[in-house]
Amino acid sequence: MSGHLITVFVPRDSAALSVGADAVAAAIRAEAAKRDLPLRIVRNGSRGMLYLEPLVEVETPEGRVAYGPVTPADVPGLFDAGFLTGGDHALGHGLTEEIPYFKKQERLTFARCGIIDPLSVEDYRAHGGFRGLENALAMSQAEIVKVVTDSGLRGRGGAGFPTGIKWNTVMQAKADEKFVCCNADEGDSGTFADRMIIEGDPFCLIEGMTIAAIAVGATSGYVYMRSEYPHATAILRHAIKLAYDEGWLGDNIHGTDRTFHLDVRVGAGAYICGEETAMLESLEGKRGMVRAKPPLPALEGLFGKPTVVNNVLSLCSVPIILDKGGEYYRDFGVGRSRGTLPFQLAGNIKNGGIVEKAFGITLHELLYEYGGGTITGRPIRAVQVGGPLGAYLPPSQFDLPKDYEAFAAQEAMVGHGGIVVFDDSVDMAQQARFAMEFCVAESCGKCTPCRIGSTRGMETLDKIIAGKNVDANLELLADLCDVMVDGSLCAMGGMTPYPVRSAVKHFPEDFRKKAPAVRVTHIAAE
Amino acid sequence: MTIVEDNRHLRGALLPILHALQEEFGYIDEQAIPLLATELNLSRADVHGVVSFYHEFRREKPGRHIIKVCRAEACQSMGANALVDHIKKRLQVDFHGTTADGAFTLEPVFCLGNCALSPAVMIDENLHGRVSPDRFDELAAETRANPTAHNQIPRALSHKDSHKGHAQ
Repeated sequence: MSGHLITVFVPRDSAALSVGADAVAAAIRAEAAKRDLPLRIVRNGSRGMLYLEPLVEVETPEGRVAYGPVTPADVPGLFDAGFLTGGDHALGHGLTEEIPYFKKQERLTFARCGIIDPLSVEDYRAHGGFRGLENALAMSQAEIVKVVTDSGLRGRGGAGFPTGIKWNTVMQAKADEKFVCCNADEGDSGTFADRMIIEGDPFCLIEGMTIAAIAVGATSGYVYMRSEYPHATAILRHAIKLAYDEGWLGDNIHGTDRTFHLDVRVGAGAYICGEETAMLESLEGKRGMVRAKPPLPALEGLFGKPTVVNNVLSLCSVPIILDKGGEYYRDFGVGRSRGTLPFQLAGNIKNGGIVEKAFGITLHELLYEYGGGTITGRPIRAVQVGGPLGAYLPPSQFDLPKDYEAFAAQEAMVGHGGIVVFDDSVDMAQQARFAMEFCVAESCGKCTPCRIGSTRGMETLDKIIAGKNVDANLELLADLCDVMVDGSLCAMGGMTPYPVRSAVKHFPEDFRKKAPAVRVTHIAAE
Repeated sequence: MTIVEDNRHLRGALLPILHALQEEFGYIDEQAIPLLATELNLSRADVHGVVSFYHEFRREKPGRHIIKVCRAEACQSMGANALVDHIKKRLQVDFHGTTADGAFTLEPVFCLGNCALSPAVMIDENLHGRVSPDRFDELAAETRANPTAHNQIPRALSHKDSHKGHAQ
């Protein structure tokens, strides 16, 4: 192999770092120096097979060969086995792209994640980057909006609102200034796709936001990051600086008359700031209090100006749509759920990670064919889909296809594609209580059903768990849930009852552990 | 008040300033509130309201290292509640408390985005996955033994290292 520098990939994704990727990279560098073997280490994003992290890959003429999970102690043995030329080893998985978990996926949004060096503009361009933006720069605003509308793309943050329609509203609004804001406040437990793509392919987000800005006539934009994601924030800031240096951001983007300035702002640990109007308040430097709608942010958003607010995954789907066309993207999916969604398998799951598939895949396929069941080896008892405001589903509903409408019909939501798995040791009454406790901690306090209802809900669940007047208190809890769903200003109070109701409905036995069912319908709840 | 001067040009400057203050001092001192109000032409109530709204902003000086333990559902499914109990007992502190030797401040957090490798803990800005009680003890011992250990990544939450050419 003389004259050819071997490339080894060791991810810099936070999840990989959390299980020792930095130490593995250091061990490979040291061992190579000891053996006098020149090699180049690229710190890529993650391929999304988080159960194999740290996943080390070696570039070979046949393709990239994977080894994982690697610890520093495994490194000398990997060298002995000739891993630099793809040699066999107990940790070897063969060609990365032939691993079934990866091969069966439909990677559109995550096409480059884990493949490229996230901070190389050259690498990004070599893998199709900025082609969508180049096309957009040659199009009229209305043409760009039409392509996005035709693609069927819907907001990936949870609500599923058609992106093209939102953009059209902002495009048609008359104002001296407009904004594009990216909601990267990925606070839902079980979700990490935003973080992964920002760490693994940050230029994709920058490109998507720039296309959005050109389409609607915005000149400034912000990415609202979480303070819990310091590593992603550092990578994104670095990538934005590189994009400015190379003329992909700023005045006169690539010699055209288009201008877009992009900046990063960091939240401060408030879940509610993932709600778009609370996020706008926070970007303005205020408390993250939810605003009443209307006015829609599309007409009166940041600093009162027309504003596009989109999730990271929505914006990261835009470059490929502008590159390959709306029809290409629309051809994936089912019904009114078009394209792909990067599902995230989390919690008690053997093979956790990102599975990007077209809509229509069932929970069963995701949990068993990809996920491989629980890591504890016990049966799956419940999964929570769509974050802390999503319903708990029992195995009898695992055949539900992942599609916005099919899930909404079950008071569940596809949301941001997060799926949290629990085995049969879970106590669903405690999970219901936690849903209320979380709302107590995170309610912005603007509306009463959410601010007070969550506290009363937690207290009522405490009584049920203690076995006090269980029937009457369950009835009271059901009433309270109705009030919260119907009377709250936003999804925080309006959806907190979903996990509670679904837990009561599907797992009633967990709410009667302390007391046998006694009919106490004439007695008011304590 | 160079922190204020560095950030005054930003729109919605209060949050970036508060992050920069907390990075510099570890917390937001009560005395900063009237100063920020004057500098940014806000009321003291406005500034107090923002500082108290966000969980991230501390009002008291923390220990040398911040330990954040995830309490959200994915981590719960992998034993986070038992891990929290272990950590509280081991460090002899409750949430928001600082150990007697001033080494650690313990904080709860809802999701660190490491949900496939639960339970997760963040020590300063280092994320750790699959943290068993034993692994936590090792991490705490390593951190205590190496007081200068800091994450290799730059502290990223304030605005100081970002591109300024476009700021408005």
